[in-house]
Amino acid sequence: MDLGDIKISLLLASLIVAATPILLAALGELIVEKTGVLNLGVEGMMIFGAIAGFIATIETGSPWVGFLFSILGGAAIAFIFALVTQIFRANQVASGLALTLFGLGLSSLLGHSYTGIKPAAFSDLHIPILSEIPILGVILFQHDPIIYFSILAVAAVYFLFRNFRLGLILKAVGENHDSAHALGYNVILIRFGAILVGGAFAGLGGGYLSLVRVPQWTEGMTAGAGWIALALVVFASWQPFRLLIGAYIFGGVTLLQLNLQALGLEINVALLSMSPYLVTIGVLVFMSARRSRGSLEAPRSLGKTFFGL
Amino acid sequence: MLRFEPRKNRSKFLEISAPIIAVIMTMIFGGLLFYLMGKNPFEAIKLIFWDPVMSPTFAEYSRPQLVVKAAPLILIALGLSFGFRANIWNIGAEGQYIMGALASGSIGLALYPLQAWYIFPLMIIGGILGGLIWAMIPAILKIKFNTNEILVSLMLVYVAEQILALASVGFLRNPEGLGFPGSRDLSKYSSAANPELISGTGIHLGVISAFLGVILLTYFLSYHRTGFHIKLIGQAPRAANFAGVDLRYIIIFCLGLSGGLAGVAGMFELTGPAGLINIDFNVGYGFTAIIVAFLGRLNPVGILLAGLLMSLTYVGGELAQFMMNIPAAAIQVFQGMLLFFLLSTDLLVTYKISVKTPIRK
Amino acid sequence: MLLEMAATSLKNSSVMRVIGVTKEYPGVLANDSVSLDLERGTIQALLGENGAGKSTLVKIIYGLVKPDSGQMLLNDRDFHPKGPQDARSKGVGMVFQHFSLFDALNVFENIALGMDEAFQKTHLRSRINSVSEEYGLSISLDKIVGNLSAGERQRIEIVRCLLQNPEIMIMDEPTSVLTPGEVSDLFVVLRKLASQGMSILYISHKLEEIRSLCSKATIMRHGTVVDTCDPRKLSAGKIAESMVGNSFSNPKKSKIKAGKVLLELNNVSLKSKRTFGVPIKDISLRLHAGEIIGVGGVAGNGQDEFLGLMSGELSPTKGTLFLDGQDVTYLGPVERRKKGLLSAPEERLGHAAAPEMTLTENTLITAEHRMDLSKNGVINYSKARSLSEKIINSLDVRTSGAGSLAKSLSGGNLQKFVIGRELIQNPKIFVVNQPTWGVDAAAAASIRQRILDLAKDGAAIVVISQDLDELLQISDVFCALVGGQLSKPTDTKKLNPKTLGLLLTSSDAGKAV
Repeated sequence: MDLGDIKISLLLASLIVAATPILLAALGELIVEKTGVLNLGVEGMMIFGAIAGFIATIETGSPWVGFLFSILGGAAIAFIFALVTQIFRANQVASGLALTLFGLGLSSLLGHSYTGIKPAAFSDLHIPILSEIPILGVILFQHDPIIYFSILAVAAVYFLFRNFRLGLILKAVGENHDSAHALGYNVILIRFGAILVGGAFAGLGGGYLSLVRVPQWTEGMTAGAGWIALALVVFASWQPFRLLIGAYIFGGVTLLQLNLQALGLEINVALLSMSPYLVTIGVLVFMSARRSRGSLEAPRSLGKTFFGL
Repeated sequence: MLRFEPRKNRSKFLEISAPIIAVIMTMIFGGLLFYLMGKNPFEAIKLIFWDPVMSPTFAEYSRPQLVVKAAPLILIALGLSFGFRANIWNIGAEGQYIMGALASGSIGLALYPLQAWYIFPLMIIGGILGGLIWAMIPAILKIKFNTNEILVSLMLVYVAEQILALASVGFLRNPEGLGFPGSRDLSKYSSAANPELISGTGIHLGVISAFLGVILLTYFLSYHRTGFHIKLIGQAPRAANFAGVDLRYIIIFCLGLSGGLAGVAGMFELTGPAGLINIDFNVGYGFTAIIVAFLGRLNPVGILLAGLLMSLTYVGGELAQFMMNIPAAAIQVFQGMLLFFLLSTDLLVTYKISVKTPIRK
Repeated sequence: MLLEMAATSLKNSSVMRVIGVTKEYPGVLANDSVSLDLERGTIQALLGENGAGKSTLVKIIYGLVKPDSGQMLLNDRDFHPKGPQDARSKGVGMVFQHFSLFDALNVFENIALGMDEAFQKTHLRSRINSVSEEYGLSISLDKIVGNLSAGERQRIEIVRCLLQNPEIMIMDEPTSVLTPGEVSDLFVVLRKLASQGMSILYISHKLEEIRSLCSKATIMRHGTVVDTCDPRKLSAGKIAESMVGNSFSNPKKSKIKAGKVLLELNNVSLKSKRTFGVPIKDISLRLHAGEIIGVGGVAGNGQDEFLGLMSGELSPTKGTLFLDGQDVTYLGPVERRKKGLLSAPEERLGHAAAPEMTLTENTLITAEHRMDLSKNGVINYSKARSLSEKIINSLDVRTSGAGSLAKSLSGGNLQKFVIGRELIQNPKIFVVNQPTWGVDAAAAASIRQRILDLAKDGAAIVVISQDLDELLQISDVFCALVGGQLSKPTDTKKLNPKTLGLLLTSSDAGKAV
């Protein structure tokens, strides 16, 4: 074994790449959950975004168009969830599961004839000057635009909830939908919008997976990434910057695992492949054990259907 | 403007007809999907819903398949429905199904080639325990640390799949299999086999267990204290607490029941229709059973019918794949749609929809 | 600016006119052609029992509910608010009964959420401070609302409402959660607002309050206006009669000699697990057979936790609890019921009863073991059904039968059922929280009579209530529950309004925790 083959700075740079799909999806889910909606369909929205973006890229040759379609695809499929849970007031847990099953099915149906093709490359954006910094430049400033966007989006969401009236309203709806309604806020409409935004983020995350991270289309390629994104939101206690840290730690685990597999260590491949899931369980246990001592973090109306007065 | 008004009492009529409406809606939108794919929608719907049972050409093959595929769906969904009623969301039945098969398979393969009457019962117990123990992981974590059982049980599916892969190429691989992945064929090992009981019907012990399960659990849910408590927790958790229901017990019970049933479903599948442990042993029954549970309105008898219906879409889907080249994924979409329509029509049971504009002035 | 408004308009003219407003819900005609005139610069009462249609009417005025028919005029102009925001922008504000506040947010954020126009943080802060100073409504902007007392919460609501410069302020049962001291503070503010020209629509069912505060009262019953009068000129009895519609006998208390000690609490403490829950501190209590202890106090001072400790839903972190000499400190609800300690929590739907279940099933919630409704875990439904029919008959619960869903019953009838379910089991000790909350006067009287009868038969009873009149009427001994602490028991006969007020506020300091 030779760890020297893996350059640490390149490893860290690809860690960010590995983490970005989950980060984007988790950020979307964070917004949704802040308004009190639990959408368990992240996996389904991600994979639908992945195939929508992939097809658009293959057909037009432009990854930019591809990403646009990822976003639209994610939002479109989230629309179904919004309709079912907000207008028809169906159970959110069950509807989220339905969304995942539906998204997985629809994506493999659409992706049938796109397996094994390589999409047009998405070029990196080397930020002038900063990218020249030794080591740090490689790690942080030689990425593609989506990565920069994801980090900016984390900051934007942070400030949205901290400094803006809209963020306050979103939070209020998630804390107590009856009070929000009594004050005249349209709970259903606000949640509907948040679900669409969440879907757009999940779709973009999926698109990043099929267009940059892998990059090609394989059936079921999200392989639980959406569920891990859901776990990350819990890990982050609904705080955007903790989400960033969590996603990067998780990216690290995934990458380490892949690299150890590539190195052909004496550790079993199956054991390595299950490690991200075991780590996720470990993190969930750790966080919930801490939380049972009492905390205010989870939105109080999370998962509850609003029936109006 | 559409308005929803709560009903005073649940509509009994709609309780039964809502799933039927959902199926019809699914047929319409599924037909649209097939049309968009360039297929004849009427032919496709007929192939999926009618031909497996009624067509003289296919029915002879399809009818037994129908029961074979329905059995694991019904067994798993029965267990899940209890948890779902109590808001305990085990969505990792797929993993429990795998672990049940692995546990029972390990017992069978360890005893091979011994011929003895007790091997099969031992494997049944192994199957139950395999699934049950796997389900105890989220149960205990939920009780001890209040960890979300949805995410844990789901993560454990991926872990179980890796263990399955490990077993198929490693410790359970057939030593006479020329190095190919996969275990010995247990259905050819008479002490461990779960054969068709009446030739040409597809009925095996798993099918009989599913029917028995429906009867037993119907009784249990209607008349046993724990069945009542499960309903109570789901509808009014504070009232359940006031009644003195121990939530920890209910969590263990619901996850244990669903894990055990998923595990034994895996055991029957392994020793019968599947025959051997291999990387592709699990085909998603654990997830489809979630749809079955809801389609059956979390009611055992409903689940029996829903399991048969869902099995029909599988068998019919295969026919459609074979005859019209409709990809298998289309059936998955179809099933997803069904669940959506079902959840949406649920509103009709508790709410009246009226078209009414508020009068002004 | 309020003064200007008052000056430019004619005195005693109607600011708001409601003409023939009708609103139907499935099965209920909540408002049947209701008309009302609200005069400028007055405090006007909207009176009626629970379920008379008061809340529906004010929700219509505030734009939360759309009427089926009818007309509203604001300053002689058509007024049909599209929603609360629209109503606020036209000058109608509202202070809610069950506060429309967000526990996890701070005071400033809560007020900001009620602002319709854009604002700058610093500017809004200073406006809030000036309004709260002007009316003596002190609030601290950076506190988390979940930790505040009911009185403080109401001040936030009022300030939020005043910041909109409303012409009309609707107040829905504002005093139901206040201590006597807080009530008189509130009245000072309201009188000042009215003198500046604001019109206040004051909803209540407390007659004495209305007679001292309001110059006009509109009385509703079963969705219609039955009378409009000057409450200062009528006796409370007269008003009550038109409010209730029929007369009923008041419960009679007979003198009983207290027997042996049935329930004993020794230094019971509890750390609340709920966020914003109230911890119980060092409660000691001795309860004799035939005795009724009234536990008074404003909502949110630990009533739920106190009941939970008695029913066995909560285990104390410290202290011991003895039932007829047996240690029951760590026994759960089932075991305690078997020993004769029964209880009825405040929240009917969701806590005492499961809304989506039938009355038969709801009977099982507390009566399964004590009344032998099951054998080896198998429930005997026919026995449960006949028991629930017995409950229905014995307390005259109006329902179509034991098969009806709990949620289909009216509040008063469900309350009778919930109480009857415990009474029929012959409790040795009965603990009840808010026995007559949201119940019409006739039903309340009959529930109180049942409680008195139970005591006469030798049971020991704890009545937790926010209705002080009720406690004075039926209890032998009175304790105040303030900030999770129980005051020393006082003989009810020795209490007067002044000592009572003192008891309820004395340990105020301990409230903030």
